[in-house]
Amino acid sequence: MKRHVKNLIPVAVLAVLLSLPYSTLRIPGVFDGAVNTPGSLQLLALCLLFAGLAIGYDLLFGRLGLMSFGHALYVALGAYSAELAMKNLHLPLVLAALLATAIGAAVSTLLGAVSLKGVGKLGTENLGTVGFAMVTLAFAQAGSILVGRDPKTTGGEEGLPLSTEKVPAAFVGVVNTVNLYWLALAYLVLVCAVVWWLTDSRVGRAWQAIRDNERRAEVLGLNPFRYQLGAFVLAGTLGAVGGVVHLLVTAGATPETTTTDFTLALLVMVVLGGSGTRWGPVLGGVLYTLLDHRLGAVATSDSVAGLPAVLRVPLSQPLVLLGVLFVLVVYAVPGGLAALPSRLRGRRPPTRPGLRGRGPRGQRGEQHRLGVVEGEAHGAHPDRVASEL
Amino acid sequence: MSTLVLLTLTGLGLGALYFLIASGLSLIFGLMDVLNFAHGALVTAGAYAAWRLTGHLPFAVAIAAAIATGAALAALIETVLIRPLYSRPKDQILVTVGLGLALPALVQGIWGADARQLQAPKQLAGTVSLLGARVPTDRFVLIAAAIVVLAALKLFLSRTRYGLVVRAGVEDRAMVTALGIDVRKAFTLVFAIGGALAGLAGALGGVYFGSVSPDQGTSLLVFGFVVVVIGGMGRTDGVALAAAAVGLIQQFTNYYAASGLGDFAAVAILAVVLLARGNRDGVRRLIRRAA
Repeated sequence: MKRHVKNLIPVAVLAVLLSLPYSTLRIPGVFDGAVNTPGSLQLLALCLLFAGLAIGYDLLFGRLGLMSFGHALYVALGAYSAELAMKNLHLPLVLAALLATAIGAAVSTLLGAVSLKGVGKLGTENLGTVGFAMVTLAFAQAGSILVGRDPKTTGGEEGLPLSTEKVPAAFVGVVNTVNLYWLALAYLVLVCAVVWWLTDSRVGRAWQAIRDNERRAEVLGLNPFRYQLGAFVLAGTLGAVGGVVHLLVTAGATPETTTTDFTLALLVMVVLGGSGTRWGPVLGGVLYTLLDHRLGAVATSDSVAGLPAVLRVPLSQPLVLLGVLFVLVVYAVPGGLAALPSRLRGRRPPTRPGLRGRGPRGQRGEQHRLGVVEGEAHGAHPDRVASEL
Repeated sequence: MSTLVLLTLTGLGLGALYFLIASGLSLIFGLMDVLNFAHGALVTAGAYAAWRLTGHLPFAVAIAAAIATGAALAALIETVLIRPLYSRPKDQILVTVGLGLALPALVQGIWGADARQLQAPKQLAGTVSLLGARVPTDRFVLIAAAIVVLAALKLFLSRTRYGLVVRAGVEDRAMVTALGIDVRKAFTLVFAIGGALAGLAGALGGVYFGSVSPDQGTSLLVFGFVVVVIGGMGRTDGVALAAAAVGLIQQFTNYYAASGLGDFAAVAILAVVLLARGNRDGVRRLIRRAA
């Protein structure tokens, strides 16, 4: 596809997203009312927010091959610290948001350094990817436990309602749902701008080199730890900003944002859409959010309640269907939806034999070091997908 | 003194539970490089199998059913879902993630989200007086189970032909395959053993906590991970030691510091161990200076 056409795609998508709040279109099966009703706009805002969060997560997963199972921690940090700053420190929203972002950056620097440094040395003992996954999960779980065990501060299972008196009136109330939509869109644009710009820059090429083969990148004079930590901090900070947006869009800090399931949902979005690609995480985030919402509605509907137990039970649990869908995507659509067009055209993405084989220990150890998931051995090459789009 | 005894035995009991979960994880990872995220779901499956049967059948049968459920599910997962993805290691992990999401949700769909009481039989429900402390009997059962499993695993790995294949596979899978041995059978076997241990952990965990719930397995899995990372992948002894240490530290912190802080302490130890490993030379220097 010609380059100027490719550059037009983000503009076209943005134009559509900008016009949605003025649209009275009805999409039955997706939205209950017209697109510009508060209910639909709220759902759309969530879609855009999760698209942004998924891009941030994919920065680690797709761009650097780091499988973090603790990304929810930073989203929760953003939401809870912003709310607590407004409630207990009586800060206005903007200051609270800045504070929350700073906390997200600080905590991700600390925990990222610990996870990457410790696991890096473990890499020689074949822990690599999996060790990083387990360690980040453990840290996130500690956060989840903290929220659960201190209900006086965090509201426990109930969560914390938004301190509306500290928030500008434009973000409060059903009438102003459209402003939440603008906010979520702004967040998505911010994340896209930062991540896409970095991916296309020298830093992005270094990321790719490290993801494909860390040892080789090291020999070439790159410091993998520094790049990985940088990406981890950036993802954590963007996650914290997303947490603040989540706080506003859902009008409260909810303990769901602290759970492993929240991180796993981001992982599912990224894999569903296509990891390491430009549009994959956006697509996955929007689709997953819509599906989750719709399946939730289906689960409680009367038609499901009348079904025999074999059908009723799985249908009443959105996570069962999403989990099964996820497994199916991994099997049937490697590379995610973003890789689908090139697959359908019959052009199988190039495989890199060096990364695909499961050679003897020594070799594999090198590739597995420090959370470097073996390149996109099966999936589409990101640049290729971008050019296909 | 009596508090100390009680805390120690409770901590060791918890550690035994972690060991049952972590030893399977560590074995599977050591041989196949697969992080089995569905391991927690297997624990839950075992717990619910035991819960369904207790009261109807002797408790030993319920435990056996839990073990069988875990083993059968794990073998099924390995042969149907993991095996076709041997050339795609990352996707193997993703598949287990999907299962780890779907299976507990399915359990929740069938038996509800609330915790269900597990009525342990009389022999397990009582307490034993030891050094002035009244220690619940199930702690001893857990510790005994962990010791038996540890011994059996070591015997299996060191004395049987399959154990030899597994150990060789952990060392160098390509070479074992080249020698004409079908490693895939060993994969299925190891997965099934891990599943059996997870099922046992589920049933005994149900007794330890007095109830079963859909997300019990997944929350135990986190500590299984902590133990595996501290103890070392594929090292049964290290995992056993780490499990005991984490269980003890968790219990003592919960009692002497504040309730709930124990879980934190477990994660904090993990961070310290990681940092220490990251700066092994620095730690050595520090020790030398102190000595």
